[in-house]
Amino acid sequence: MAMTATAERAHADPHHIGIGVEHPGPAPKRIVTAYGFWIFLLSDIVMFACFFAAYAVLHQGTADGPSGAEIFEQGNVAIETVCLLLSSFTCGMASIAADVRNRFWFYLGMTATCVLGLIFLAIEGNEFADLVARGYGPSRSAFLTAFFSLVGCHGLHVSAGILWLLTMIAQVFAKGFRADILRRIMCFALFWHALDIIWVAVFSVVYLLGSAP
Amino acid sequence: MLGKLGWSAIPFSQPIPLVAGGVVLVAVLGVLAWVIVKGHLPYVWREWITSVDHKRIGVMYILLAVLMLLRGGMDALMMRAQLALAYRSEGFLPPEHYNQVFSAHGTIMIFFVAMPFMIGLMNLIVPLQLGVRDVAFPTLNSVGFWLTATGALLVNISLVVGEFARTGWLPFPPLSELTYSPGVGVDYYAWSLEISGVGTLVAGINLVTTVLKLRTRGMNYLRMPMFCWTTLASNLLIVAAFPILTATLAMLLLDRYLGFHFFTNEAGGNQMMFMNLIWAWGHPEVYILILPAFGIFSEVVATFSGKSLFGYRSMVLATMAICIISFMVWLHHFFTMGAGPTVNAVFGIASMIIAVPTGVKIYNWLFTMYGGRLRFSTPMLWTVGFMVTFIIGGLTGVLVAVPPADFMLHNSMFLVAHFHNVIIGGVLFGAFAGMTYWFPKAFGFQLHEGLGKWAFWFSFVGFYITFIPLYAAGMLGMTRRMQHYDVAAWRPWMIAASIGAVVLTAGILLQIAQLVVSIRMRHQLSDPTGDPWDGRSLEWATSSPPPVFNFAILPDVRGEDAYWDIKAHAKRHQFEPHEGREYHDVEMPRNSPTGFVCAFFATIMGFALIWHIWWMVILGGLGAFATFVVFAWRDHDEYVIPADEVARIDRANIEERRNLASMAGAV
Repeated sequence: MAMTATAERAHADPHHIGIGVEHPGPAPKRIVTAYGFWIFLLSDIVMFACFFAAYAVLHQGTADGPSGAEIFEQGNVAIETVCLLLSSFTCGMASIAADVRNRFWFYLGMTATCVLGLIFLAIEGNEFADLVARGYGPSRSAFLTAFFSLVGCHGLHVSAGILWLLTMIAQVFAKGFRADILRRIMCFALFWHALDIIWVAVFSVVYLLGSAP
Repeated sequence: MLGKLGWSAIPFSQPIPLVAGGVVLVAVLGVLAWVIVKGHLPYVWREWITSVDHKRIGVMYILLAVLMLLRGGMDALMMRAQLALAYRSEGFLPPEHYNQVFSAHGTIMIFFVAMPFMIGLMNLIVPLQLGVRDVAFPTLNSVGFWLTATGALLVNISLVVGEFARTGWLPFPPLSELTYSPGVGVDYYAWSLEISGVGTLVAGINLVTTVLKLRTRGMNYLRMPMFCWTTLASNLLIVAAFPILTATLAMLLLDRYLGFHFFTNEAGGNQMMFMNLIWAWGHPEVYILILPAFGIFSEVVATFSGKSLFGYRSMVLATMAICIISFMVWLHHFFTMGAGPTVNAVFGIASMIIAVPTGVKIYNWLFTMYGGRLRFSTPMLWTVGFMVTFIIGGLTGVLVAVPPADFMLHNSMFLVAHFHNVIIGGVLFGAFAGMTYWFPKAFGFQLHEGLGKWAFWFSFVGFYITFIPLYAAGMLGMTRRMQHYDVAAWRPWMIAASIGAVVLTAGILLQIAQLVVSIRMRHQLSDPTGDPWDGRSLEWATSSPPPVFNFAILPDVRGEDAYWDIKAHAKRHQFEPHEGREYHDVEMPRNSPTGFVCAFFATIMGFALIWHIWWMVILGGLGAFATFVVFAWRDHDEYVIPADEVARIDRANIEERRNLASMAGAV
């Protein structure tokens, strides 16, 4: 009985495009988890959008302090960008390794991601410390407030991502590639790639536009 | 060691908060003692606090909302009493206390009454209407609830330890900046909303995913009950809007704690940016609250008219239109702040356009009632009362959406009357309609009908006596947030409003009486059919209260009004011999204390942040992280209910229904 119903429904949709057929029922867990996590990422991007908006509004409020062109160092930012983009690649490699259940390549990919992320954070931390030491901390002007908050918010996300990454390595080490752990690896990968996308925006809006005289 | 916290934080000189705080403390300790002495603690811990069952979490949300309604209501009564007395005198509340009272009233009513009430009803009913076993992320659901409760707790702690914000329910800078609000009031506000805001976001993500990805077989988008549609719309708004609130309050906190300059007067800060950001969240927030109420009214009107909803598809369209337009009108909250006539005109027109889909909804409800077999049970009374009241509120809304009129009316009592008109007449009436309508589903017995009707009439009449005078006072030029006044013409309206507030309170008390009486009479009022109102959607297809797995066999939906269909077309189908039903093992999520433990550390951390107790902040942070790691390390998050057990429970329910049907001569 149930078999015939399914067959009828499949027949109505020979190309599997999902239009005009009966809804098949609750989605499998893997889809539900990834979908929910996507929605979380979208909400996170909305939060970033607020900090971007604040930066756009405040970037000229330098209060006689330095402007972007005076404090940004293109060389460092270029290295940061390369590190983060590469880390997205290594993270992708780790995901593929997890898909084929290859522990060695998974650990290697995740470790590379972690190292690249740490280099990125070190450069950013260095930039921040240097600015603060020169008296250009976030309370100097509204422009610096917006700059530190936007870039720092991304940096905080990267830090959280690295904590998560280490947890994932530990989980695979202790429990192997179980279905629930694979779902978490997938969410971590989505998170890490989303941070990369946000960095592209930070890089363009803050450093490229901000360096123009 | 204790940061800013000292003995001076406790207001020994002010009797009102001390007595109120003392009473609450005694009540809480009394309930705790009763639970422990009677040996209920293991039950409460196992079945409620650690529960990840969406129905239990929904009930806890609603319980929180009702408790906070009493707190917010006390604030409202104090304000009305103050304004009735404070003609050419100080009144009984010192100004700084009065300012805290109105800020707390607004904050509590929006964030800890309206929001949890609606999210609670959605949690309780949406998975049942979709014909599935749970929400998408059950443990996260529990985390969301407990974080909301944390926020409510922090706001209430401010009653006795320290102070609450004096800035209104939205803390506009520069008043909320450290220079002008050096106390901890704004910090209480901001941290409790940051924490409960995360809880709300989690609930939003959960419900969006649930509606989009978890529907039973055959439940196409255009077969979903209206309440599911409005839940989807409302939670999409939550996901899009609440991060804005989180970011905005984070900026304000950075200004206050670390000397940043987002919204300050000096060093290039920009206060208008706060207005734009807060209303980009705040305006959708209004629709986050009202859309689920619209869904409830749609369900109630269809059920108590004995007809399917008129214009279902136009209703869906109207819902989604409101969802989108609500994001395009935020600027009407500051028409008078110099945006210029062109911008004002655009936003004025956009604001008025929302009245169109809302009007579509009103007409659809009217046409649903037209020619139907109407039954005026309590939920229907709230619905009809809503339709009348909300039209008045909507019309005054269109009035203030006209920029030139708004220049006269903004910040006046007219505005206060307008938004209470839509929030009480819309959201609160909707919440009460939903509570009465779904109460038997949640608990297996109905609420006392007579007391419910009395409660409705007192609330309805009380509402008008309270808020129509405020329209008049606003027209006479009375502004909001006044502690005292000396214009003789306003006084009669203030006294009338106070009388109305007393009548409204009587309505609320009657509802509490209704709850108490109904619980005592639960055997007479019990509903063994699971379908006391002759309902149309799937939540009525299962027993009341539903088993933990909701449906023994997930239903197969063939059209709109899924359960009505089953009843109308296959009466015998429902009572068919059990042998025809194939049962399978059911996997359900395990209980988890994660939410409660998380909220425990969030409370510690929030309190410590408010009072600058840094070691405690670190302690709370580490605890929260440890909770996360422990949760992530779990091995089994599901348990299996064997097919035999599912079959036993289901057969018992079917047997009971079959007996009832045969007694009624239906079979």
